[in-house]
Amino acid sequence: MSTTTATIMASRNIEQQRSLGRRRKFVDKLVMYFCLTATVVGLFFLLSIMGTLLWRGLIALDLIVLTQEFQPTRYGDDSLPKGGLIHAIVGSLIQTSIATAIGTPIGLLVGTYLSEYAGKSKFGYAVRFISDILLSAPSVLIGLFIYQLVVLPQGGFSGFAGALALAIIVIPVVVRTTEDMLQLIPNTLREAVVALGAPKWKMITLVAWRAAISGIMTGILLAFARIMGETAPLLLTSFGNNILSTDLSRAMASLPVSIYQQANSGFPDLIDIAWSGALLVTLGVLFINIIARVALRKRA
Amino acid sequence: MSASTIKAPPIGARRKPGELGDKIFQWMCVGAGGFVLILLGAIIVTLFLGGLPAFERFGAEFIWGTIWDPVEGQEEFGAGVAILGTVTSSVLAIIFAVPVAFGIAFFLTELSPPWLKRPIGTAIELLAAVPSIIYGMWGLFVVVPFVQMHIQFAFGDQLAAIPLIGFLFQSTNFAGTSLFSASIVLAIMILPFIAATMRDVFDQVPPVYKESAYGLGATRWEVMTGVVIPYTRISVVGGIMLGLGRALGETMAVTFVIGNANRIATSLFDSTTTIASVIAMEFPESLTGSLQQSALFAIGFLLFVISFFVLALSRYLLRPRLK
Repeated sequence: MSTTTATIMASRNIEQQRSLGRRRKFVDKLVMYFCLTATVVGLFFLLSIMGTLLWRGLIALDLIVLTQEFQPTRYGDDSLPKGGLIHAIVGSLIQTSIATAIGTPIGLLVGTYLSEYAGKSKFGYAVRFISDILLSAPSVLIGLFIYQLVVLPQGGFSGFAGALALAIIVIPVVVRTTEDMLQLIPNTLREAVVALGAPKWKMITLVAWRAAISGIMTGILLAFARIMGETAPLLLTSFGNNILSTDLSRAMASLPVSIYQQANSGFPDLIDIAWSGALLVTLGVLFINIIARVALRKRA
Repeated sequence: MSASTIKAPPIGARRKPGELGDKIFQWMCVGAGGFVLILLGAIIVTLFLGGLPAFERFGAEFIWGTIWDPVEGQEEFGAGVAILGTVTSSVLAIIFAVPVAFGIAFFLTELSPPWLKRPIGTAIELLAAVPSIIYGMWGLFVVVPFVQMHIQFAFGDQLAAIPLIGFLFQSTNFAGTSLFSASIVLAIMILPFIAATMRDVFDQVPPVYKESAYGLGATRWEVMTGVVIPYTRISVVGGIMLGLGRALGETMAVTFVIGNANRIATSLFDSTTTIASVIAMEFPESLTGSLQQSALFAIGFLLFVISFFVLALSRYLLRPRLK
């Protein structure tokens, strides 16, 4: 009697365990499929963005877009001259280059301070903290800041103000990568240099920086790529311009702002030009990103 | 010239070589660090001073006032709608983005074959590099028509018939540019940030812990919920906060798709506005020194305060991971 009960109990137990095992495996499978779907969805967005850009961007992209200045809408009249984006391309290159040239040395020094001097000091902690906040701070507010600080006293929008706003965005990006890259250098290298009698500043500039150079360059490239696509701060500082201008004291066009203005113009031909500008910016940004990543990988 | 004529310099009389250079270089580095602190302080002070006339005029009511009327003579400004729009669109974006980001991070750390990890990881990171204005144009061109045709027209009436929460889908705005579209675009923008942070923290769980759970017969999902998430949950919340901080300050993408109407959105399909898009839309056209400009500075200041706290919290939660 008692043996039969035990057998029945045992078989029921096995039955239960089997169904539990099936359920666990089922839940596991379900989650796996969900994760796979999530990844596919993420990749689909990237493909959709690139596809849309290529499809819409190639309509108007030609030599005229790359070599001519802005022209008003043609209202479908093909005898009128077609406009281009050269003023915006040149303006963007000028402003991003100056911004990188201003922001990089400051970022490099801050990153060096955090890695080589700060240690565990409160000041170092504060600098690291604030730099990380700046890294993600809303860029439109940096535009407001420069407006108040530069545009108002100067009495007008200027390419220089735009470059300054972008420089503020460059600094924290360079700080982050510089500190991270210097941290990767083995301490024995530093000790070897100092043991030879070299002062610390020579140790840093001639050995540590040089050892971390490809990582630091990557940071600078990423910063450059990031500000290439910034629109909001430029809207409030360099404002945009419809003619080719290299005068830093006047309003200056930039690719993202020109895209924004032409995309919102409501004229189909200008919107097509905006799309080709969008394609150019995105290809530039992604190209620099890929270059930077490849360079970093070679080092690692 | 004998050896005796060479005198050793008295110890201490001469500086060690490089001491001056050391001092200069150190002060340059410290000064640059101080510059960053001053920069952030200057941004806060500038925004506050710029907004002071508006704060003085409207007082604390500025924060929850819902009227935004820049017409001269009857100017009245309140940040209520913009603040509400900023917070709701960002929170919705987080709700949409977190499950997908978690799926991607889980896939990259546990499921993906090794040769696939790097390409997919890079592709997700490239999604983070796409400029926000591109998201705006793509959103207006792809997401907005999709929301309009395939969600609002197709299911709007059925959704609105749901008891209790039906009003969330009831809207007279059929343009497609809406709170919902903005949240979707924002979710896609912050997706790579959250996914990358999650992947990095999941990767830091010591393999021994996971292996012991697998050894006891746990499934991958059980290892995730029983070992990886408990071990990393603080950093995961930090990563989500980082995404939230990004979403709060996003400007161009939102400006394209939210509809820019100073109305409180009672439905997902209503158009509304956010702080950043109000600034981007109105500031370039506002008159220098006008009350409108001051009000724009004032809401900028409020946005800065909000995103500062969110980013500071994120940074605090992620701290164990950052050395």
